[in-house]
Amino acid sequence: MASAQARTRTGTKATGVDRKIRILVGKPGLDGHDRGAKIIARALRDSGFEVIYTGLHQTPEMIVNAAVQEDVDAIGLSILSGAHNYLFPRVVELLKEKKMGDVVVFGGGIIPDEDIAFLRKKGVDRVFTPGTPLKEIVDYVGERVRPRA
Amino acid sequence: MYDRKKLKTIANGRAKWQEKTLGPLLARTPERLARFSTVSDEEIRDLYGPADVENIDYGKDLGFPGEYPYTRGVQPSMYRGRLWTMRQFAGFGSAEDTNRRYHYLLSQGQTGLSVAFHFPTLMGYDSDHTRSRGEVGQCGVAVDSLKDMEILFDKIPLDKVTTSMTINSPAAVLLAMYIAVAEKQGVSSHKIGGTIQNDILKEYIAQHSWIFPPEPSMRIITDTLAYCADHVPRWNTISISGYHIREAGSTAVQELAFTIADGIAYVQAGIDAGIPVDKFAPRLSYFFNAHIDFFEEIAKYRAARRMWARIMRERFKAKDEASWKLRFHTQTAGCTLTAQQPINNVVRVALQGLMAVLGGTQSLHTNSMDETLALPTEQAVTIALRTQQIIAEETGVANSIDPLGGSFHLEALTDEMERKAMAYIAKIDEMGGMVNAINRGYPQREVADAAFRYQRQVDAREKKIVGVNCYQMKEDVPIPLLKIDPEVERKQVERTQDVRRKRDGRKAAACIDALKDASRSPKANLMPVILEAVREYVTLGEICDAFRETMGTYTDPAIF
Repeated sequence: MASAQARTRTGTKATGVDRKIRILVGKPGLDGHDRGAKIIARALRDSGFEVIYTGLHQTPEMIVNAAVQEDVDAIGLSILSGAHNYLFPRVVELLKEKKMGDVVVFGGGIIPDEDIAFLRKKGVDRVFTPGTPLKEIVDYVGERVRPRA
Repeated sequence: MYDRKKLKTIANGRAKWQEKTLGPLLARTPERLARFSTVSDEEIRDLYGPADVENIDYGKDLGFPGEYPYTRGVQPSMYRGRLWTMRQFAGFGSAEDTNRRYHYLLSQGQTGLSVAFHFPTLMGYDSDHTRSRGEVGQCGVAVDSLKDMEILFDKIPLDKVTTSMTINSPAAVLLAMYIAVAEKQGVSSHKIGGTIQNDILKEYIAQHSWIFPPEPSMRIITDTLAYCADHVPRWNTISISGYHIREAGSTAVQELAFTIADGIAYVQAGIDAGIPVDKFAPRLSYFFNAHIDFFEEIAKYRAARRMWARIMRERFKAKDEASWKLRFHTQTAGCTLTAQQPINNVVRVALQGLMAVLGGTQSLHTNSMDETLALPTEQAVTIALRTQQIIAEETGVANSIDPLGGSFHLEALTDEMERKAMAYIAKIDEMGGMVNAINRGYPQREVADAAFRYQRQVDAREKKIVGVNCYQMKEDVPIPLLKIDPEVERKQVERTQDVRRKRDGRKAAACIDALKDASRSPKANLMPVILEAVREYVTLGEICDAFRETMGTYTDPAIF
């Protein structure tokens, strides 16, 4: 069990003010399978991150606009409809257009191995598949994501 | 069910057993776990006996198959008369691709069809809408217009097969298309049989394919109830579904309670719309999950039948016995399948299929082993169908009706399940019914909490999943996966645009106006207007857009 202290995920921005790491959990596309996204949103929140959940049926544009508005440090995308090869890279592309290419994009869902390699090439930092323990995802975010300068 | 005196003797015997036989053993070797519980975390005792079922009145609580309260089955002869319908849910790529799969499944002994639509259809968008990019044909078959539906059912005689369509918000549109295809085959709407899911309430709770807010959605549903009662008498108008609630992470009790509460809401809405209860209730059917906890699931189906019979007779004063009967479809739980060691899923599905049959299901879909990875290949779906055929033809479980009825364990669980589900229903009644409960986010929150609790238990290895948190292996056996050709999207977009170019544009525009007018007038029934529109090749997206304009749209409250 992590101690209460370890559960406060903060970092120092250029301003010198401590703030929590902010994660946007997004559901791009039309599928309604949000069990995983919600569980992960809750696990991240319980682990001390600040979590914004977009809700279902978001376009890549809506997700990136939310990311800009909320000034997030990372985006976790969940998709189970098979449309990941279009939607994930589109989010990365739009982030770059908005000069937010340093936002860490990770994802999960029903994603075959061969597509994972493709998505990584397209700038998706990590893809989690069904059966991944929550701790593995929380640890990954804790280690990989830093407050953006 | 027992003589009081004998119960006392048995209770004494049990106390003695605990003291003399069990006690000394437990002192030497304690039980494996501090607490035994179902996958839904309901505590299970070590041994069930007569005392656990002493309050059951055989005549009132169990009865005989085909008789109230139907605990032992809705048909008098059950599978001795006719086996359940083997109905594999299928749909992928284009209408041509899926039509080929249907012909294959029928040739392999499948007895009914079940259509899986792709997400744009479920959400009321045509394939050429920007929101459909990347989704076309991925998770089901693309249907935009009557043209696609004609291809989907090409050379399938609609007076001979029954078809179930998993479609909710736009259910009335797809039903209209099905009726129109039948007309073209020369089959009257009075002769066709099948099911539309048409269960919008569970969409807000769990599956989340919605378009309009709850209130106008309920109106579309009551319009289909009224229309089908007069014109499509063999159609199951709502398949009240617990499946998705369970997949979203609910417990068995929640699945049962929320589903029956949804059923109550539909019956009330039908009555409020002025349709006599016995005119539409016999065509309501149910759809449950077959999860992984054997006895809990069988108890759930038996409790569901008893609850519905009592609710329909006592609460809604239905007189027709057909209104009391809960007929249900079952699908094995997709969420219990593992991406790790996927061939093990064949075993899970076999056990789940067995639960559904022992619970008295009317039809069954068995999942394919590869469904946590992609849509099923033909080989995988064949094994899944064969699994049902093995249960039916080899195991002997279909020889006797409700063969587990009378088991102390099962009857006690059935009772407990009913009691706990009724407590949930009372709570929902207090909130003013399911629509209000949904607007308050109540069932959504209950399900999300249960899903999170279970995930924590899995992570803590309190609940075990073979290959995931125990008995893991380094290398998984790779299995072939179905890939959807990206060309499907391009061709489908072309076809739909071609349909719009070739139809009578003036007639189509007039139909769209008529849809808007009818939807603004609460007294009108929308079904005839929708039927006219699909006949003129007005697309699904256009029909839904017309209603979006008049009814508004629903957005996710995003509760987590």
